[in-house]
Amino acid sequence: MSNQIERFQDPGLPEHVHRNADVDPRAAKRAEQQIAILFLLSAVGTILTIVSYIYIKSTTFFYLPVMGRTNLQQLLLGIGLTAATLFIGLGAIQWAKKLMPDEEVIAERHEFRSEEVDREELVETFKERAGASGIGRRSLIKRSLGLSLGLVGLSPLVLLRDTGPLPGKFLNTTNWAAGTRLLRDPDGQPILASDIEVGAVTQVLPELSAGMERTLENTGKDAVLLLRLRPEDFNLDPERLSWTHEGIIAFSKICTHMGCAVALYEQQTHHLLCPCHQSTFDVTRGAKVIFGPAARPLPQLAITVNADGYLIAKQPFTLPIGPSFWERNSSNG
Amino acid sequence: MKTSQKVAGAAANYVDERTGAAKWLKKNLTKVFPDHWSFMLGEICLYSFIILLLTGTFLTFWFDPSQREVVYHGSYLPLSGIHMSAAYDSTLHLSFDVRGGLLMRQIHHWAALIFMSAIVAHLFRVFFTGAYRKPREFNWLIGVGLLTFGIVEGFLGYSLPDDLLSGTGIRIAEAILQAIPVVGSYLAFFAFGGPFPGTAFIPRIFIVHVLLLPGLFLALITIHLMLVWYQKHTQYPGPGRTEKNVVGYPLMPVYMAKAGGFFFVVFGVTAFLGAVASINPIWLYGPYTPGQISAGSQPDWYMGWLDGLVRAAPPLETHAFGHTISWNILIPGLIIPGILFTGMALYPFIESWISGDKREHHLLDRPRNAPNRTALGVTAITFILISLLNGGNDIIATHFHLTINGIMWFTRIGLFTIPPIAFVITKRICLSLQRADRDLVLHGRETGRLVMMPNGEMLEVHEPISDAQKWTLTQHQTPGALPAPLPASATVGIKGKIRARLNRANAVQIPAPTLSDLKELGEAHH
Ligand code: HEM
Ligand code: FES
Repeated sequence: MSNQIERFQDPGLPEHVHRNADVDPRAAKRAEQQIAILFLLSAVGTILTIVSYIYIKSTTFFYLPVMGRTNLQQLLLGIGLTAATLFIGLGAIQWAKKLMPDEEVIAERHEFRSEEVDREELVETFKERAGASGIGRRSLIKRSLGLSLGLVGLSPLVLLRDTGPLPGKFLNTTNWAAGTRLLRDPDGQPILASDIEVGAVTQVLPELSAGMERTLENTGKDAVLLLRLRPEDFNLDPERLSWTHEGIIAFSKICTHMGCAVALYEQQTHHLLCPCHQSTFDVTRGAKVIFGPAARPLPQLAITVNADGYLIAKQPFTLPIGPSFWERNSSNG
Repeated sequence: MKTSQKVAGAAANYVDERTGAAKWLKKNLTKVFPDHWSFMLGEICLYSFIILLLTGTFLTFWFDPSQREVVYHGSYLPLSGIHMSAAYDSTLHLSFDVRGGLLMRQIHHWAALIFMSAIVAHLFRVFFTGAYRKPREFNWLIGVGLLTFGIVEGFLGYSLPDDLLSGTGIRIAEAILQAIPVVGSYLAFFAFGGPFPGTAFIPRIFIVHVLLLPGLFLALITIHLMLVWYQKHTQYPGPGRTEKNVVGYPLMPVYMAKAGGFFFVVFGVTAFLGAVASINPIWLYGPYTPGQISAGSQPDWYMGWLDGLVRAAPPLETHAFGHTISWNILIPGLIIPGILFTGMALYPFIESWISGDKREHHLLDRPRNAPNRTALGVTAITFILISLLNGGNDIIATHFHLTINGIMWFTRIGLFTIPPIAFVITKRICLSLQRADRDLVLHGRETGRLVMMPNGEMLEVHEPISDAQKWTLTQHQTPGALPAPLPASATVGIKGKIRARLNRANAVQIPAPTLSDLKELGEAHH
């Protein structure tokens, strides 16, 4: 055995095999006709599109298996457009495959690296040109230019300042205050404790002081869920228990994870579930997190009734509601 | 000469006298493009982007990017009289009262899904074949950029209609912003022009969605394609294909016809999906309000893995000195994606650092011949797939009668254990495929025909494979890490040790059989 390892040799491009259409003029003619038919089908598609746009009523709906209730015009426009484009594509590809030369050709690659002389000349030219600017010698210019270039980027940043106000206290506060009446969402009616049945869950919003508007921004932090359990179901410390009223308990509806509305209530287990990432809160234990990524219970709103028997807030939320933020102070819970 | 030829000639002359384009065109009309189905993935990205531009422009003629409150009076009766934003109202108008509007919305959304899927599939092709190696690292970086911006663009797109589902997505994005330490609530207030949801956000993301990002895409795609053009396409190994040449079909007419035709095919398929497959029926969700939510809310798939990571995160927050840090948001929402995307961007440089390989590569690797790379790719994909699965945990739980708790623990444990297992298995598969290649070259293909030897033993007849196939299976260099071993100076210090260790791991390969092996085997038989 020789010491030299022999590798397999590249046999080179395989011989070109002629297609039917290359050698048989009749096959070529057939291919031509096929391709023409494909292009004509595309034209039919365009006509279908135009006709359905003009002549089909846009309010015609009908029922299709799988697709369900379907708008006839949108469907036909789509089918027309499909045919109009798809068949041009199929025709062109067929043309390339059947009739255009299918012999593979070889092209050489070039190396990307420039010739050594070019690189050297570049360096020389660059040095010479840079020297002409004097940037190497004039350090005062170099430094001051460096400083101003570093600073110039600040102006667009400063100019963006007015994109929004500072957060201020907004994230820390809600519109709930001592004595605020609970209004049923969406009808806005005040609620008698006796209106709420055991097992029921109601979305409520605070009654706003005169002149204040109910905005989405407010709803986004004021939304509260009202639930009624049997008082013996609760497993709360005395203070939290005193925040309930005859089994009625109120929590912020805004998930403490990322702010979705906590909307699903399982009556049997007394669990509140956030559909976004399935954080689950146990109502009997003050909406303690029992599952999912949320790290904090839903803040509880202390409630009681006023002289007319309507449900009111005893005090504002003692904690910021909703997802975390850097300035959020957790020292009281 | 026919008149048409004369006119064409005159026009060409006019242009060339002012640009000198003839010389360049003459050379490039016969430019060679190699042909392979996997090279069409990049084309699909380009074509679906063009479809997005066309359909998106159509949508802008009716879409009103405003959160001004209006009352709906359109032809979709179930929402009649409901208060909603002008954005949602105009999307309903597009869907029910503009002829072809729903079709264009649905084509736009399907094209977005195809765009993202094609980018990811194209990325896989480039990764597993080593196409990102020198000199194509720039294009790899551009590709990572396009993927990242594509995810953002898609998210902004489905946030525009301001339905209940998309508003919920925006709420989550706001919570991520808000969770950034120190500056979070400021960033959120600046981005939203005040408290969430405000009226500034949709107009702002609209301009990003239809102008800034498309402009950026256009620029990046142009550079991407110019580089492909200038550097010439890579090619798969095979007879006649070398590092020094490119084998394929000339631009004119074959490649033009195929690529141009393929654009129309992609358009046709997308139009068909838009015609028959309903997507994002926003009228069923209702307008956005922060106090409400629709159950089973799901983002598009290219966001789903992030959602799955967020869902799997343990409830960790730090409360100290009057400040709150939400690790349950920061880790899955920013830190892990940051690591994944940075690692992806740096991978070509890491690989060439490990191997010390600074040569140009124009022949693609067969994935089995780079077992570590292939295994690493599968590892990353496994990680993403498990996250994606957890992103649909509620749906999976109801369909397969599992508990969400079970799926979450599977995810939490699986994210750390299954990817390494996937690595080991993939590497083994690669090595056994290499072994199979070796057997094929040395012993030929099994024919299924049995013969009886003089001593009564039954043997299966093996048929030698063609020279072309032998070449294809043996042209690669083994070990894959070349030039190996590294010079001693490169392996000192901790960094050097790590490098040497990884380099050795790369060198684990089944040696490609040679003609000498074959001859030796032949002698042994006689
Ligand atoms: C890579 C590019 C793009 C992606 C991934 C993308 C993605 C999306 C998605 C997923 C939607 C939601 C559609 C729905 O279900 O209603 C959307 C909406 C929209 N897009 Fe794009 N898009 C892209 C480019 C563009 C461009 C270039 C334009 C315009 C020039 C545009 C204009 C619009 C408009 C006006 C809407 C809102 C109208 C509606 O939702 O019906 N998009 N986009
Ligand atoms: S927002 Fe409620 S679980 Fe994430």
